[in-house]
Amino acid sequence: MKGRADVVIVGGGINGSAIAYELAKRGKEVVVVERKWLAYGATGRCGAGIRQQWSTKENALLAKKSVEIFEKLEEELGHEIGLRQGGYLIAIHDEEGMKQAKKNVEMQRSIGLPVRIINEDEIKEIAPILDPKGMNAIAATFCPTDGHADPFKTTYAYAMAAQKLGAEFYKFTEVRDIKVENGRVKKVITNRGEIETDYVVNAAGAWSRKISKMVGLEIPNKPVRKEAMVTEPVKRTFDCMVISFKHGIYFSQQDEGQILGGIPSPEEKVGYHTEPTFSFLQHMAYMLGRYAPPLKNVRILRQWTGFYDVTPDALPILGETAIDGFIQCNGFSGHGFMIAPMTARLLAQLICGEKIEMDIERLKMERFKGKITEEKAVVG
Amino acid sequence: MKIVCRCEDITEEDIIKAIDEYGCETLAELKQVLRLGMGQCQGRTCLPLAAKILARKTGKRMEEILPSFRPPVVSIEIGVIGKEVKK
Repeated sequence: MKGRADVVIVGGGINGSAIAYELAKRGKEVVVVERKWLAYGATGRCGAGIRQQWSTKENALLAKKSVEIFEKLEEELGHEIGLRQGGYLIAIHDEEGMKQAKKNVEMQRSIGLPVRIINEDEIKEIAPILDPKGMNAIAATFCPTDGHADPFKTTYAYAMAAQKLGAEFYKFTEVRDIKVENGRVKKVITNRGEIETDYVVNAAGAWSRKISKMVGLEIPNKPVRKEAMVTEPVKRTFDCMVISFKHGIYFSQQDEGQILGGIPSPEEKVGYHTEPTFSFLQHMAYMLGRYAPPLKNVRILRQWTGFYDVTPDALPILGETAIDGFIQCNGFSGHGFMIAPMTARLLAQLICGEKIEMDIERLKMERFKGKITEEKAVVG
Repeated sequence: MKIVCRCEDITEEDIIKAIDEYGCETLAELKQVLRLGMGQCQGRTCLPLAAKILARKTGKRMEEILPSFRPPVVSIEIGVIGKEVKK
């Protein structure tokens, strides 16, 4: 194990791996410390979606810029990422939903997203498998450049590219403590040795609060158990991700043909609970049957759980802190995968003292002292 | 060519290549890289075989290698299990 590095990144998920790449590309000596293996946490358990249709401008912009990076990422990293842009179809169920959708679409279009409101007939045209009656949908919003990528392939693509540039990844390595001297990070202590460093990036997902505490910083993140399921592969039937903020459901058909989706569990719990529940499976299957009746004949293969690392406003915590060199990169509240490419670029620019191409001041942890604007467009 | 995972068409050579190329040390990582054990049979055939290959290549014990097992035990149709559950 290296005794010194410019930057130590805690967490080998999509964000840790992407930041490692962006920093290594800029000539920094980088070490990633991961307690388990790459994409063990939320990244490897997520719904794989890439959505730009958010209610807050911060998220919409981070997602839009990330899509621009995703579109060229295979070429840049020299590894497949499984990107497919089949759009996101977001159901609108009532007048109240329509009001919020109109507001969102106006903001999204103002930053250049090709979003539009579609009627029931257009829902059937885009995805003939859907039943607007069963969905209780009066309309939907649709953005054709949304889509999904393979979280495993994307994480490995970043990690392999980072390692080619000299970054080192230590798997099965747990951070025990972080030493601070004169208000600046000094050293990361792991179960396998100590690493002196100038910067620590806290990209530990649902475990970020514990890492933050090691330098005496309290963040309000809560781990929330989320559940997902996947079916057997079937013939390609629809291209878009289908979601509803009201029902909390999301589902899409992945490249191999399987239907992957999730919905808030009837037994949702805060804390480090990992057991899958039977009631989730029943409820998810019931809603899938309503949204897309032909799926009733498809068999469920597998269900699992993961954590959303949830903040009070469902926006990530990014950037510098009261401890010099301690950089937050967590609190993604269920959408860390889709905004990782831009997040990683911005934090690398911050650490390298370059011009930061998007203002992320408002995403610093200090915002929780004042009034917050909540991201409402969350599913799962 | 020796087929290990029949659902996802994965050979012993694929597994050895993944261990060398990606540094996989556990079956969970092989699942991520190859989709090993993620098909119809949920790894009933391939996981013990793959575990042996992994143990041979890495010198690890079988207990260190095995993944978590995810329900349901057998696959089930959406229309059969679906039921409205209120919070």
